[in-house]
Amino acid sequence: MTVTAPPVEALAVKDLRVAYLVRGIPREVLRGVSFTVGPGEAYGLVGESGCGKSTTAYAALRYLPGNGRITGGHISVGGKDVTNMTEAQLRRFRATEASMVYQDPGSALNPVLRVDAQVTETFTLLGQGKDEARESAVAALRRVQIADPERVLQRYPHQLSGGMQQRVVIAMALASDPQLLVLDEPTTGLDATVEANVLDLVRTLRSETNAAILLIAHNLGVIRSMCDRVGVMYAGKVVEEGPAIEVFDNPQHPYTVGLLRCLPRHGAHKAERSLYTIPGTLPQIGADLPTCVFVDRCPIASDRCRTIAPPLVEIGGGRTTLCHHRDRIGEITEATFAAGRGATQGETTLKLTGVSKTFRQSGHSIPALVAVDLALADGETLGLVGESGSGKSTLAKAVLGIHAPDPGSTIELDGEPLAGKATNRPTEAKRSMQMVFQNPDSALNRSWSVRRILGRAVGKLTGLKGDEVDNRVTDLASHLRLTPRHLDLKPRQLSGGLKQRVAIARAFAGDPEIVVCDEPTSALDVSVQAAILNLLAELQAEDKTAYIFISHDLAVVQYLADRIAVMYLGRIMEVGKSEVVFRGPNHPYTEALLSAVPTVDGEPKTRIRLEGDIPSPANPPSGCVFHTRCHRFIEGLCDITEPPFEEVEPGHMMRCHIPVEELRRIQVKAPLEA
Amino acid sequence: MTALANTEDLARSERQQARKERWALLRRRPAFIIGALILLFWIVAAVGGDALAPYDPFASQFKTKTPPGAVNFFGTDHLGRDVFSRVLVGARDVLIVAPLVAVISVSLGTLLGLTAGYLRGVLDEVIGRLMEAILSIPVVMIGLLVLTTLGSAAPVIIGTVALLFTPIVYRTVRTAVLAEAQLDYVTSARLRGESSFFIMTREILPNISGPIVVELTVRVGYAIFTVATLKFVAGGGQPDEAEWGNMIGQTYDLIPGGTWWPTIFPALAIASLVIAVNLIADSIDAVYSS
Repeated sequence: MTVTAPPVEALAVKDLRVAYLVRGIPREVLRGVSFTVGPGEAYGLVGESGCGKSTTAYAALRYLPGNGRITGGHISVGGKDVTNMTEAQLRRFRATEASMVYQDPGSALNPVLRVDAQVTETFTLLGQGKDEARESAVAALRRVQIADPERVLQRYPHQLSGGMQQRVVIAMALASDPQLLVLDEPTTGLDATVEANVLDLVRTLRSETNAAILLIAHNLGVIRSMCDRVGVMYAGKVVEEGPAIEVFDNPQHPYTVGLLRCLPRHGAHKAERSLYTIPGTLPQIGADLPTCVFVDRCPIASDRCRTIAPPLVEIGGGRTTLCHHRDRIGEITEATFAAGRGATQGETTLKLTGVSKTFRQSGHSIPALVAVDLALADGETLGLVGESGSGKSTLAKAVLGIHAPDPGSTIELDGEPLAGKATNRPTEAKRSMQMVFQNPDSALNRSWSVRRILGRAVGKLTGLKGDEVDNRVTDLASHLRLTPRHLDLKPRQLSGGLKQRVAIARAFAGDPEIVVCDEPTSALDVSVQAAILNLLAELQAEDKTAYIFISHDLAVVQYLADRIAVMYLGRIMEVGKSEVVFRGPNHPYTEALLSAVPTVDGEPKTRIRLEGDIPSPANPPSGCVFHTRCHRFIEGLCDITEPPFEEVEPGHMMRCHIPVEELRRIQVKAPLEA
Repeated sequence: MTALANTEDLARSERQQARKERWALLRRRPAFIIGALILLFWIVAAVGGDALAPYDPFASQFKTKTPPGAVNFFGTDHLGRDVFSRVLVGARDVLIVAPLVAVISVSLGTLLGLTAGYLRGVLDEVIGRLMEAILSIPVVMIGLLVLTTLGSAAPVIIGTVALLFTPIVYRTVRTAVLAEAQLDYVTSARLRGESSFFIMTREILPNISGPIVVELTVRVGYAIFTVATLKFVAGGGQPDEAEWGNMIGQTYDLIPGGTWWPTIFPALAIASLVIAVNLIADSIDAVYSS
């Protein structure tokens, strides 16, 4: 390669190799990563967990954990060699030229110091005097669109919401006016509405500063809406690279194709088709991968892929791919059509009437659920959506009897009223209603084997004994595509997807009528999520199980749900058939939720941003509880009277003062899907 | 319940497997090996003390206050008894008393911590206040009170120290239980109608066995120390009893006169045993938390 005077790149990573020392043996995680980020450019890295995205980001600033070693390659930031910097040089470099924002803002801030002390310190470290630093701190917070910086500075981190914390962290990261800003999953722990605001902020800041951005995210929609270029990583290599929009619209590597097809997109619904899944699992770190890294999971792999490592193919338009068979990408088949699944109009199995739940905390009463009426039919999926703190999980827990609802609430199962607490309910009711939790690590007893976990649930819920239990466990496992080998393993020996299968198997141990799924796929990668969603849909089609499905991912809800209920401050604001809710007209809150989500297919045209945080349920706003954040707020009406919960069209209920015809007229809906 | 018998068997074999793995990890730690060797030495001394001791530990057969030398390695005490023989034989008492104290206090503390931490409510409050009350009284005061009223027989000493240690174990266990009870597997167990007893003993207990085992070893170390302190403070016991704390208590007033050996050697014996037990405890802690 001839060396011409290259333009100074904000970040240039060349053939980077990183290994982690695990039990004394170096295990390679990055196997030759190369990419560059131009000045002022936003570059995204995507891929499933374990593919090396975060390691790349940490290596770029030499922030690798103690057992991480750069074993080869070269990193430079703004033309400066980072690979061989001394500790002193690195400190100076990190203070002035590059900054990093982590996933969890709560742990990036010191809980015992006021925001004031922390933000001011970043400026005194840059050599400013005390008063000057304090002024800079105020200016920095103003820059990240914190309306009342003086007040925020006086607070401790825990007194701020997640979105506000992340703003403070970003303000500190920008203090030195860095050339390079590395954002590692900056919005992953935040609500979609808050995420949208933080992303807007980063976009605005980008146009103000000239910082280059390296953005790590597992959410492809976020990358698409934020980045100029994107690198798709797999097993420690960048397998495809190019302008973000083109890569997502016209992927040229089988892995990218797989990632994109795993997502429920274009309003896909379980009744129409299954989701695509990538077969197999990511190779272990340090595993030998002599040829193409993706070969074992690739649907179009040939003998050539197994013998010759694919070269980096330039496609033109700044795009590259690491594949022998770019011309055969079109052969990758869509997922098969799922026959015989659909919303069956069954009998009502669960009926909630006036269900309320009030928590008491140091003398205050906090109404977390307020007179919720809902019904669930056999074989139906009810999607529950809303920001965190809206009461979704409380509702699910009240249904299951984990929290007893307030007196006066009635929960009827097949016409029989149920006791408030699960312990007071008959075994039959326990068998009929089970739960799948968000985090399988917490949901499975780590000192029990899979066989014991399932065996105990079967024994307890069905009353079977001895060999019958064993047979049922084996049946259950094979149904969930767990092999007999898995039965003798402990949860920690299983991957995240397998653990969630075990948790689902446990919920289905007694052939339940109703399963509550609380964000069952949010801790999982997209390809694993697709497999779990397919599984849930299949189980439902076979057994006519009804689901209450809680999720913040609207595309997932749209895929699985037959009806959707939107919650805000413990109240149901809108409920209706899934297709009706996604088509509109909507309650203004639903409208805002729908517009907050960046998708891989581009952003919806109308962008409604919810300002501020969800109000405290202890002190709900007067009139319509949503009026403080509503973009269609009518003064003198919404803040005084609470709107009734009315049927606006058959099967579609809403709690809004604005007549539905008016909503229909003003909500010029951007097509969220084709 | 016969239906669940086979899953219980399975659980037992799993626990055996895990124990084997942890043992393999332990043997690779130098700190554990050193601690174990010191402990082994004292166990041998305790078991074969009479046979190993060069002289009768109870007979006043030498010149009093002889400094350490070729005949009496550790010198002789104010009654002309061989200190080396007395230290060797003294291991027996400690090695019976300390583990007993640890086992009793850890069992009691686990029972209380598990109950209070899982059931919460009024019971938690009552147990908590009671434990705090015990913790708030200085060890030496309780010790003096008990020893002067009930005497210094072994069961009294064991019972007293075990009672003093129970609140500390209780606190560790309760904290661990509180964290475990937040996890969804506990919710799941409740949803399928498991009894509180089952959830406490079968679901939660195996997951907090790490801190409990660590507490057990740490308590052995402290028990050696505390028993010796009580014996020293009480100054009681039979004058001819060969017990380390006792030996120190009866001879420390000789130090200003230049006779340091009857005091220092039993003190070093206590120190070596406490260090050995702590080395072992630390290794076990490291293995459990890795």
